[in-house]
Amino acid sequence: MFEVTTTHYLVVSFLLFAIGIFGIAARKNMITVLMSIELVLNSVNLNLVAFSYQHSDLTGQIFSIFTITVAAGEAAVGLGILIAFFRLRETTTLDTASELKG
Amino acid sequence: MEFLTAHGADLLFYLFAALAVGGALGVVTLRSPMYGALSLLVTFLAVAVLFLLRNAEFVGMVQIFVYGGGIMVLFLFVIMLVNLHKLPDLKLFHGQTPFVAALVVALLALFGYFFFHMSFGPAFVRPEVFGTVKGQTGNPQAVALSLFQQQLLPFEIASVFLLVAMIGAVVLGRRQ
Repeated sequence: MFEVTTTHYLVVSFLLFAIGIFGIAARKNMITVLMSIELVLNSVNLNLVAFSYQHSDLTGQIFSIFTITVAAGEAAVGLGILIAFFRLRETTTLDTASELKG
Repeated sequence: MEFLTAHGADLLFYLFAALAVGGALGVVTLRSPMYGALSLLVTFLAVAVLFLLRNAEFVGMVQIFVYGGGIMVLFLFVIMLVNLHKLPDLKLFHGQTPFVAALVVALLALFGYFFFHMSFGPAFVRPEVFGTVKGQTGNPQAVALSLFQQQLLPFEIASVFLLVAMIGAVVLGRRQ
């Protein structure tokens, strides 16, 4: 009961995932939404590493390195979009991005 | 003391798991994005320790360098670049927040049910796969051997992806 198993890792990972999803869907500030996306990607990495340990297979660790690569690219492009948006609107509130609203 | 030596790794897991979840809660609840970013840093470092506890030393170090170093600096830089002091009393959450919260709680209940009823059994770990046995050269070499032999094509694609992301970020950030 006290010993840490893969399920413990899954619970932590899922908590991070749920908090990240909540941040993405509920927060108004664009910077916070980007940070919540990083939380979700981190929870995926935690899962990959936990199952890599469970199955004694290195592939999970390799895959999580690729996930970190993609997360770095995503953060760079996302923050570039944020800077461009801020130049246009002088704010980072998501509600002001409503060009495509029907 | 005997308890500590026997269960030290487990205690570390509980401590840093709590830190990771607490930091994540800080990210979504704190008003200032600056405090949110620092809270995110706590989560990143705690998750790195969780990696270390699962024989993933290289991934843990990459997590600290890339997330704790690179991405965090990028976030802090952008937060300081966009001056948010002008909007102090803006509402934090959207109108759909109760709906989102209900959805997340439902997800938590669903997965909690499965986690409670599902067991993966004990992990029969072979540390030599991860290179973490005394006498071997360590986890980075094991990762490198796999990365540069079986996974060479994804590795090269990742380099192209990073080039594309860099060009995209430069073009997006350029003044018109």
